Amino acid sequence: MTSKSSMHIDPYERNWIIISIVLLVSFAVAISVAGFAFGIQVPSPEQRVDPRTVADSGPWADPGLRELSPGKYEAYILAQTWSFLPREMTVPIGAEVTFYITSKDVQHGFKLQETNLNVQVVPGQVSKLTVTFDRPGDYDYICTEYCGSGHAAMFGTLHVEP
Amino acid sequence: MSTNTYELSAAEKKFVGWHVFFAVAALSVGALFGPLQALEHSGLDLYPYLKPVFKSYYQGLTLHGVLNALVWTTFFITGFLTLAVSKGLERPMKYPKLNAVGFWTMVVGLVTAAIPLLLDEASVLYTFYPPMKANWAFYLGLTLVVVGSWIEGYGMYYTFAAWRKENPGVRSPLAALGSVITMVMWQIATLGVAVEILTMLLPWSLGLIEGTDPQLARTYFWFTGHPLVYFWLLPAYLSWYSFLPKQVGGKLFSDSLARFAFWLFLLLSVPLGFHHQYVDPGVPAGWKFLHAILTYSVFLPSMMTAFTVVATLEKAGRARGGKGLFGWLRTLPWNNPSVTAQLLGGILFFFGGIGGLANASYNVNLVLHNTAWVPGHFHLTVASAVTMSFMGITYWLVPYVTGKKLISDKAAHWANWLWFTGMVIFSNAMHVVGLLGAPRRTPLGLAPYIPEEWSGHLLRVGIGGTIMFFGIYTYIILLARTAWSKKAEAADVEIPLAQAEQDPQNTPEWLDKWVPWLVGTVVLLIVAYGPQLIDQISNISLNAPGGRVW
Repeated sequence: MTSKSSMHIDPYERNWIIISIVLLVSFAVAISVAGFAFGIQVPSPEQRVDPRTVADSGPWADPGLRELSPGKYEAYILAQTWSFLPREMTVPIGAEVTFYITSKDVQHGFKLQETNLNVQVVPGQVSKLTVTFDRPGDYDYICTEYCGSGHAAMFGTLHVEP
Repeated sequence: MSTNTYELSAAEKKFVGWHVFFAVAALSVGALFGPLQALEHSGLDLYPYLKPVFKSYYQGLTLHGVLNALVWTTFFITGFLTLAVSKGLERPMKYPKLNAVGFWTMVVGLVTAAIPLLLDEASVLYTFYPPMKANWAFYLGLTLVVVGSWIEGYGMYYTFAAWRKENPGVRSPLAALGSVITMVMWQIATLGVAVEILTMLLPWSLGLIEGTDPQLARTYFWFTGHPLVYFWLLPAYLSWYSFLPKQVGGKLFSDSLARFAFWLFLLLSVPLGFHHQYVDPGVPAGWKFLHAILTYSVFLPSMMTAFTVVATLEKAGRARGGKGLFGWLRTLPWNNPSVTAQLLGGILFFFGGIGGLANASYNVNLVLHNTAWVPGHFHLTVASAVTMSFMGITYWLVPYVTGKKLISDKAAHWANWLWFTGMVIFSNAMHVVGLLGAPRRTPLGLAPYIPEEWSGHLLRVGIGGTIMFFGIYTYIILLARTAWSKKAEAADVEIPLAQAEQDPQNTPEWLDKWVPWLVGTVVLLIVAYGPQLIDQISNISLNAPGGRVW
């Protein structure tokens, strides 16, 4: 490297850049461990549906809970302007519930308060995530995406019984 | 290094001035709605009283987002970068008419989009997610604004290329290089939203096709949506690198690292949009993870910027007599409102950056997505680092282009400190209440699920938002009165163009070569986006007809 044309990097600056890289790499490790060792995951493509007919037949024509085996449930939830179907659900403590959520009209959000379940609900797609309920109580699920005039009132409640 | 004494021509000053005029005019309308939303959160809903004119919270929120985040920024940026290119290269625009065509296309686009917005025919927020359907004029207007900004960019590229031809072997001046990199990045980034509107939203809103593919639309949108953030931010960085050092009486600490940071932004700004779609059902988790890692990597040039800017400021502060670990901060010229605005914006940006890392963190995003945390975050970035830097720039730019002295430095200080104070209160409250679970984009006063424990934070949202309103209106009135004053003193303002500590001619040549960086950018884009774009486009189903739901 000639002195005439070289990259000027101050020693402090070099250290700062190294610290920055170490910091970012450790964050990347942290999210990877949380994601792949502890299984805290984000949704992936589940299936495509036709939003024009999804409420007419199939599981979202009769949205709600299905018990697969003791303590294991599927919850089919239909989002529409401006309500979730069903509006209420009840599961026992310790229940593992896999949610399948879709919309028949515009985009919505589905955030189950005080859990890691928080998904975008997109017409034509199915948002799937699983939650295990270890604490009894009432968990509101609220719409977190603007979906029109009645958006603010769009919510439901999941009861976890002791 | 010879001193750059170039002055913009009267016509060019006027041209830049028109950009600022439209930018501030948009801000003056967009900012009206901020306190309405904030006060609504505190339980004081003023929207019912505005019903004859503005129909709903959502119409107000749409105007707030579109006018502030899209119009104030884009108009200001294209004007400021025109000045930076011209001053940096010490030559006028090569084809001023081309720039003018670009600018007036943007104005026509603004008016076209404003009509449905004001008539409540496009209350779809600034993300306009289909299948919520706005009037076609809204999409057409946005397209024209983007196309106009492209044309202004072409004007800058031609000017830059002409300068290179006239100055063989000379390193490109940083102010011009940074500006042109910003416009090239913007050109690449906006292809996403251009394809979204032209192939889907515009034909659909005109009734030519039945429906849309909302998932594909989100992918297109966020191809543009995150680099949009860097389109806002890079002009602020340019001010911190190329103008602020001069204003504090110092020199840029490292010319080559400043250039390196801009090239990294070109390379890394676009291929990371899936980090806005972590909780989307239609994007595979593996691609989201890749974009998470790429998002971390774009943090690096921002960290480099933080070092260079703080080092520049520290050396200047010490040269002015500042002692001790933080004494140099006190001796910076806080009496100059242009400096103060940018320093305060930078301080807020420190917190905005930390919050941004949390947003980018893949699964951590599950607790933040679409909560009030997110607007809390971006008010620290686009509404603080960016907006306060733009405010700071206008304190010298408006006197420069009008030839009139700012009528009151005191008012400028009031504007800065009110905005800063309000923002501290507002954004902290938004972050906290978002972590507790409050959704964004929601008139919480109407929401039946609000627990009592949120109310203290929501009150702070209203208080902070109101203080900010007084700050920004102090700013707007100050600029308007300066521009239209007949009594204002004639100003003898120079553009505060900074020099670097090193002769830029010593900067390595690879930091002045376009081809490798452009090739790298395209390759990285193809790797990060290609497979998913091919997959989502080949599986397109336009089966969501949607409609008007407000």
